[in-house]
Amino acid sequence: MMNEKRSHPMLKVEDIHISFGALKALNGVSLEIQKGEILAIIGPNGAGKTTLVNVINGVYHPSQGRIFFGDKDLTTMRPHYIAALGIARTFQNVALFKGMTVLDNILVGRNLGMRSSFFSQGIYWGFSQKEEVRHREAVERVIDWLEIEHIRKTPAGMLPYGLQKRVELGRALAAEPKLLLLDEPMAGMNLEEKEDIARFILDANEELGTTIALIEHDMGVVMDISDRVVVLDFGEKIGQETPEEIRRNEKVIKAYLGTATLK
Amino acid sequence: MIFAIEVFIGGLLVGVMYSLVALGFVLIYKSSGVFNFAQGDMTLFAALALVGFLTFLPLWIALIAVLVIMIALATAIEALVLRPLVARPPLALFMATIGLGFLLQGMGQGIWGTDPKGLDIGISDIPFDVKGLMISQFDLVGAALSGGLVGALVWFFQKSRTGRALRAVSDDHEAALSVGIPLRKAWAITWAISGVVALVAGVMWGSRLGVQFSLSLIALKALPVLILGGIDSIPGAIIAGLIVGASENLAEVFLGPYVGGGIQTFFPYLLALLVLWFKPFGMFGREIIERV
Repeated sequence: MMNEKRSHPMLKVEDIHISFGALKALNGVSLEIQKGEILAIIGPNGAGKTTLVNVINGVYHPSQGRIFFGDKDLTTMRPHYIAALGIARTFQNVALFKGMTVLDNILVGRNLGMRSSFFSQGIYWGFSQKEEVRHREAVERVIDWLEIEHIRKTPAGMLPYGLQKRVELGRALAAEPKLLLLDEPMAGMNLEEKEDIARFILDANEELGTTIALIEHDMGVVMDISDRVVVLDFGEKIGQETPEEIRRNEKVIKAYLGTATLK
Repeated sequence: MIFAIEVFIGGLLVGVMYSLVALGFVLIYKSSGVFNFAQGDMTLFAALALVGFLTFLPLWIALIAVLVIMIALATAIEALVLRPLVARPPLALFMATIGLGFLLQGMGQGIWGTDPKGLDIGISDIPFDVKGLMISQFDLVGAALSGGLVGALVWFFQKSRTGRALRAVSDDHEAALSVGIPLRKAWAITWAISGVVALVAGVMWGSRLGVQFSLSLIALKALPVLILGGIDSIPGAIIAGLIVGASENLAEVFLGPYVGGGIQTFFPYLLALLVLWFKPFGMFGREIIERV
């Protein structure tokens, strides 16, 4: 089972380098994300985790190295094309459309394939209507599932932080992505909220078959939900193992986990 | 009393046309965060082009020709002005639109001449009588057309998929890209729409005031509307347009005589100033709270 998973890399990052001025944010990072897995990316602050997500999603382009999604080369592709290929993401600091309602935010998540819609809205009215109904249904499922029915008409900017994070997850899931990149989906949440999000992530993975890569600091959550863990430090990968192996890896413990033993 | 109502209605009708001009600004501001200084010049350019085409084309074909030009212009603006300035401070973009304004003005006047021209689109200017109220037929048609366009735009932005995407772009560029919205295309569409708004405004105001340089100053009329309604609010632009139209008319007729008249031109600014005092983001503008 595990071997079969490993033989089907969904995303391949090969020897990525990127610098901001003198800072080498990523220095020769390679990794693979296997189809169907939950991969956690951990590492201390400034290790290059968010940069890695930004490179995969096309916000930055690497100065060296390549990224493949299936047989598609993402290396120099712009973010909206990458989104259209089926890679959705959330942001560390929540990037919702704050002036728009929760419902509109999630509807926008399904905005892929806008290329024909502007004209089809004028010409094929009926077709466009039917399509809209289909999108609405998908969006209602997400709203239902994330238990955000009661805030659907609220402008996203007015919501408390924890709910904003949840709506952002909903917007990403509404696109029915093949690969979902989550940048600290539980940052700043209390235990109960974290448990909710962890459940949604596991459900998305198990029920929808979404492959997930997440950056997370809460080691308890990481150990609980991820199949594999990649550890970054100073822009380099220093480990890639199962959660159990990570606990025993000396290098990782020294760089990230500190000397204290893990529960 | 009848007279007061006439003045009020006349003002409202003109106000709808103010709303339309203001909406051109709001749309651009909402989607690209730029105060488009060239909006007035786009209006002048569209009107000049229309007058030029009317010398050898029938009205409908001329209108379509100008429409095509305005859409082509929007695409060119996106590629040549906006794209190179992506991620620059808003002031740089604002300056670019000033330059764009001069360019359009010069180009329009260079091609079609600087002398004032009449624009007759076949709406008679004879007022008609509704139960004793005299209402300008021209203003009524102008208001109906502008109102129709405003309504269509509101529907488009609130309800349609593309409109939703454009609102998303205005809200957060990075997030919009991450959900697969092409920014360039979104900008081109917004500028095309504001080009269409400029065309309709150019037709209405051009046939009302004549087509000449001063038509570009119609933008100055939109300014108090924007301050009043909030620069990022579509309903704000509509309501503020009506308020400005009606109040400046009433002020001119009923207050004007006491102060020597001619207050119509600056009364809206007084009103805007008053609003700024209490609501710095306009009546409907989004209040931006910046953390210090």
